Amino acid sequence: MQNFSALSLLRRAFGGHESWQPQWRTPEPKPEYDVVIIGAGGHGLGTAYYLAKEHGITNVAVIERGWLGGGNTGRNTTIIRSNYLFSESAALYDHSVKLWETLSQELNYNVMYSPRGVMMLAHTIHDIQVFKRHVHANRANGVDNEWLTPEQAKDFCPPLNISAKLRYPVLGASLQRRGGTARHDAVAWGFARAADAMGVDIIQNCPVTAIRRSATGEVEGVETERGTIRAKKIAVVAAGHTSVVMNMAGVRMPLESFPLQALVSEPVKPAFPCVVMSNTVHAYISQSDKGELVIGAGTDAYVSYSQRGGLHVAQHTLDAICELFPMFRRMRMLRNWGGIVDTTPDRSPIIAKTPVPGLYVNCGWGTGGFKATPGSANIFAHTIARDEPHRINAPFTIERFRDGVMIDEAAAAAVAH
Amino acid sequence: MLLIACPYCGERPEIEFAYGGEAHIARPADPSAMSDEEWAAFLYARTNPKGTHAERWRHTNGCGRFFNAVRDTVTDFFVATYKTGEPRPDLTPRSVV
Repeated sequence: MQNFSALSLLRRAFGGHESWQPQWRTPEPKPEYDVVIIGAGGHGLGTAYYLAKEHGITNVAVIERGWLGGGNTGRNTTIIRSNYLFSESAALYDHSVKLWETLSQELNYNVMYSPRGVMMLAHTIHDIQVFKRHVHANRANGVDNEWLTPEQAKDFCPPLNISAKLRYPVLGASLQRRGGTARHDAVAWGFARAADAMGVDIIQNCPVTAIRRSATGEVEGVETERGTIRAKKIAVVAAGHTSVVMNMAGVRMPLESFPLQALVSEPVKPAFPCVVMSNTVHAYISQSDKGELVIGAGTDAYVSYSQRGGLHVAQHTLDAICELFPMFRRMRMLRNWGGIVDTTPDRSPIIAKTPVPGLYVNCGWGTGGFKATPGSANIFAHTIARDEPHRINAPFTIERFRDGVMIDEAAAAAVAH
Repeated sequence: MLLIACPYCGERPEIEFAYGGEAHIARPADPSAMSDEEWAAFLYARTNPKGTHAERWRHTNGCGRFFNAVRDTVTDFFVATYKTGEPRPDLTPRSVV
């Protein structure tokens, strides 16, 4: 693996940038691996990376239907935060934020983690009560979060309109300063490059068509469009397609898949210093380093795999943004798209063993999986390697729905769904 | 925006409707006789198919009535809508042939 440094960049610049090598191999699938991971998004590639690095399991394949990082990893709005209400979630998402802080150095790949602050706006008395409860719960769990008056919120984010004449005036805000953004593609590429360097095979354009199970029930391998691949451990990290893949192993999941939309504007000079979201009027906005406003819209109401979504959903978000940030009223939107998000009944993920021996699943991230990428991958690798959950993901089982121990984060998920 | 054919009112835009989740999941006749696994499966497990999906809709801002629809979840094409209580029609959508 070529190491990136200022010196190596300079040296290759003088060489006309002709000596760079591909960042990862394009191997043919071997007939057998110790672990097969289905899905080469950030979570799947990260799982392979931590399996190799922390557990010494390098005979791993990551199998991907399309191109790596081409699903929700490349379709999200890149927000990172950990201000979730319940202790289980705070532990999970804060584990991830701590990994984000050193991820660029660890991977020797700039994931452009930018802790610029995530501000959530309160517009009603109920918002104030809920957000203050979040602030106190977070601080009790050692997660930074603070309450701002409307004036303090405007100081932190000058474009914000705090006029009392708004239909839903800003009555306050909660601010997590460690929250921010990262470059989504770089996360997938960085994990892919580091995992590949340790011997992990990343097999792209190779849809899985079946999961093979023995007569006694445990998994034996997968059938793909490029032949059979045997493995005693199979990890499903297929995001919106988890129900489809798990169905191949005969497991019916508590999941529904919805299109979640996002859109970006034309690029402009730096104008927007932080991330702002409002659950009540549904605004969700930040500015990328390239200068585009990155806007997250809502989900469509119905189950779909269409990766598009209705235009009225995006329109609704833009109405709110134009009211809260009047200076953006004449901005033009360049692109919009949808990603298929798999949601659980309690809006918390499932990172667990399954009733099928040797089959593991990491899914149900709903509208908020990107922020959890390194943390999720880290504890999922632990679960696969040791065949038992990490302390952090022990509550995030499938059985919690049977046992009634939900982790109800519907209020913390910024998108109403 | 989708056009949805309410079996009572005809074609109307999607924003007049509320989605009601997967159809034909009948409440168990004797809930107290069920195991925890069966009850959780009834409450939470969903087919979530990539292809044709039978689902409930309600014409909230119209006649207010529930009805069922079969829709292709890849293209969002509505294959059929039918009244609650009628069986799921046996249809193959154009896109899944």
